[in-house]
Amino acid sequence: MDSYLTPYLPVLILLVIAGVMCTAISLLAGKLGPRRITSVKEGAFECGNPSTGDGHARHSVRFYLVALLFIVFDVESVFVYPWGAMLHDFQAQHLGWFAFGEMMSFMATLALGLVYVWRKGALNWSADVNS
Amino acid sequence: MIFAASLAAAVVIVVLSATALALWYERKLAARMQTRIGPQFVGPIGLFQPVADLLKLVQKEEIVPMGADRVLFALAPPLTVIFALAAAAFVPLWPGVAVVRSDVGVLLVIGFGGLAMVPVWMAGWASFNKYALLGAMRAVAQSISYGVPLVLAAMVPVILAGTMDLDGITQFQATHHWFGLWPIIPGLPAFILFLLAMLAESNRIPFDIPEAESELVAGVTTEYTGMQFGFVYLAEYVHTVVGAAIGSVMFLGGWDGPFAPGLHWLLLKTLCLFTFIYWIRWTLVRLRADQLMTLCWKWLVPAGLGLVFLSAAWNQTGWSR
Amino acid sequence: MEVTTPVRTLPYRKLELYEPEGDMLTLQLGPQHPSTHGVLRIKLHLDGEKIIKAVPYPGYLHRGVEKLCEQLTYVQMIPIVDKDDYIAPMHNEQALVMAFEKLLKIEVPRRGQWLRSLLSELQRVASHIFWLGTMSLDLGGALGGGSTNFIYCLRERELILDLFEELTGSRFHYNTHCIGGNRHDIPAGWAAKVHDAVNLIRARLPEYEAMSCNHRLFIERMRGVGVLTGALALELGITGPNLRASGVDHDLRRDAPYDAYREIPVNVQTAKEGDCLARTHVRLAEMRESLRLIDLLIDGMPTGPINSSRPAKQANQIKIPSGQAYASLESPRGELGTFVVAGNGEANTSPYRLKIRPPSLHALAALPYLLVGHNVSDAVAILGSLDPIMGEVDR
Repeated sequence: MDSYLTPYLPVLILLVIAGVMCTAISLLAGKLGPRRITSVKEGAFECGNPSTGDGHARHSVRFYLVALLFIVFDVESVFVYPWGAMLHDFQAQHLGWFAFGEMMSFMATLALGLVYVWRKGALNWSADVNS
Repeated sequence: MIFAASLAAAVVIVVLSATALALWYERKLAARMQTRIGPQFVGPIGLFQPVADLLKLVQKEEIVPMGADRVLFALAPPLTVIFALAAAAFVPLWPGVAVVRSDVGVLLVIGFGGLAMVPVWMAGWASFNKYALLGAMRAVAQSISYGVPLVLAAMVPVILAGTMDLDGITQFQATHHWFGLWPIIPGLPAFILFLLAMLAESNRIPFDIPEAESELVAGVTTEYTGMQFGFVYLAEYVHTVVGAAIGSVMFLGGWDGPFAPGLHWLLLKTLCLFTFIYWIRWTLVRLRADQLMTLCWKWLVPAGLGLVFLSAAWNQTGWSR
Repeated sequence: MEVTTPVRTLPYRKLELYEPEGDMLTLQLGPQHPSTHGVLRIKLHLDGEKIIKAVPYPGYLHRGVEKLCEQLTYVQMIPIVDKDDYIAPMHNEQALVMAFEKLLKIEVPRRGQWLRSLLSELQRVASHIFWLGTMSLDLGGALGGGSTNFIYCLRERELILDLFEELTGSRFHYNTHCIGGNRHDIPAGWAAKVHDAVNLIRARLPEYEAMSCNHRLFIERMRGVGVLTGALALELGITGPNLRASGVDHDLRRDAPYDAYREIPVNVQTAKEGDCLARTHVRLAEMRESLRLIDLLIDGMPTGPINSSRPAKQANQIKIPSGQAYASLESPRGELGTFVVAGNGEANTSPYRLKIRPPSLHALAALPYLLVGHNVSDAVAILGSLDPIMGEVDR
């Protein structure tokens, strides 16, 4: 095991414990529960109507847009984290204002991107597609 | 390592029993708000009601709908619980002690919080049901959108404390000031922003559109029965409890407090945040999907960017030292 | 009021011509759905989450009440129609009985008229407060703030149902109206209880408004959603609060007064916007107006008999040989009318045909117009704000 990852072993242990517990309960539920499957019971629920069409319909392109926005903003925001954590050290080395300015220019770019998508109407979730 | 492993086991047990207690507490709280009495027959003042619920759910028939992806369908509910629990590993329980002390704790916590969305999507996709699919789409759109203000809000304590280690953040608060209270300008709004984003991440009213039982019947859990449903339900509560704990660590000083050991304070603060979250839940109506997106992208994200700027500026002044 | 040119256009977008941004999805809302107020089915064609076509299919609660009434005698059918509009049974009975009285040319004594109006207003408050609760439930869900408001509203409704129970012995299917008047007179001490209940509801109303129509989130969900124009409402025959919220000042209590409304003027509440929020405001204003009327009615209650003849004890006691009549009143949902053609068989104890005009059915007719362009969440809010009761829609 790589020594860098060793401290994270307890997380794995925690996940395994939780996993074992959940599996145990699932198995128990499978054993205890009755099994009387009928075709009506098995059918997909659609408010009492026979289900029509595909349960895996294609999604509106808006969801794709949100995913793109997420990738842009969330990932970029994460880049700011190390800077935030190091800010005290920068100041100790009298680089405080320099680091501040550097990062603010980065954040300004990010904000500019937000203004851009806003102006482009990408944030208008409710825009009537037919109008 | 042995210590950490047993601590991990203890954390799982503590979080799950705290969640069970929280279930009871929430039901009592809601009942009181609604001029009802709430559970009272199972155990003293209904304390064992969650246990009874579990026992009932375990005995229910498990139905897999036709056309469903059986593997994903069965895998998704336990995974929601597992991922929701994972973030608890990084919560500092008392000074210097967490299951894992990580230099990038904040990022990992947010990461695991975001990971909780994967099984929800799995459940929605595997169910082969339109309500479940719509609910899952909403859930993913909401979760990734509110991930952005969450990341930005969590950055404020990181900048103020100068570390990404959750215990380090708490220690800084213990020696200086709680970020939720001081500095008021980036601190308090960041706390509120964090709470809002966390409510959205854990699908609580007014952000519970993925479930939205008055619109989508039961959202992603429409096709789930018995304990499979129970897992998703449990995961929501685990998510809220762990989220409240992390909120109190990052903004309310975590284990910091006089007279009593750290764990007591952490639990007390978690309970307070939890109560607040459920107070909101039983008071407000929910927002619409597009209003949620508007709120997130047009208000919270710019606010988050501003708060990061303000906290960096506050740091530059050097008043915090 | 007069509409000269039809304003109705085809509510449905032509699906063949529609170019969806995402793929189209057909979603059935109901009949087994938590917020279709009973068992209504709405077939929604969605683009993403946006509704491009909505078709309501009522009929899941059809019990054949009108056909049943052709078999029952005039005395027997009064408790049957109680089940039509199951949120406001008092009005069902009265609308039916008023039509029979019109045929028989029976005048109800003054005290009977006032008692009918009093019961009508009490029922109106109970109905509107129940509506506020279910509206919150639609918006806030059964596991959230909506249910809190719902339970508060039910608590107030209980006060009124308790009053009805004391008066008629029944909380819901009263059978208190009879041809020629009322069956049950006011018991001792009841008037004071009415005052208490009214004062309590009036005192608590601001609290519910703070949780619902004065709350920011509630307003955001309701404002501008489901705008119904006055012309379209008239065209579709929509009446009641839904019509008044669209700016049409029409209320049968004032425009075709019956019972005590001939003596007591009613302040008709209207709003201009025609959206869900306007409908909420109109209903709440109407509730306050009803509370005012209840105070007036109980204080000014005249003395004398409550019916012109003793209530029928035998099922075939009332005989109407021939004729037809239509009588209508202002129910909490609008114009509730009964059209009756008398004369069935030799005995003349049953009508040849009986038709009930339910206001909710007409309100549902607006759904295809209102839902298009909104998303699924709005569909629930719009449906709730129209306040349809499936019992009377399907009969």
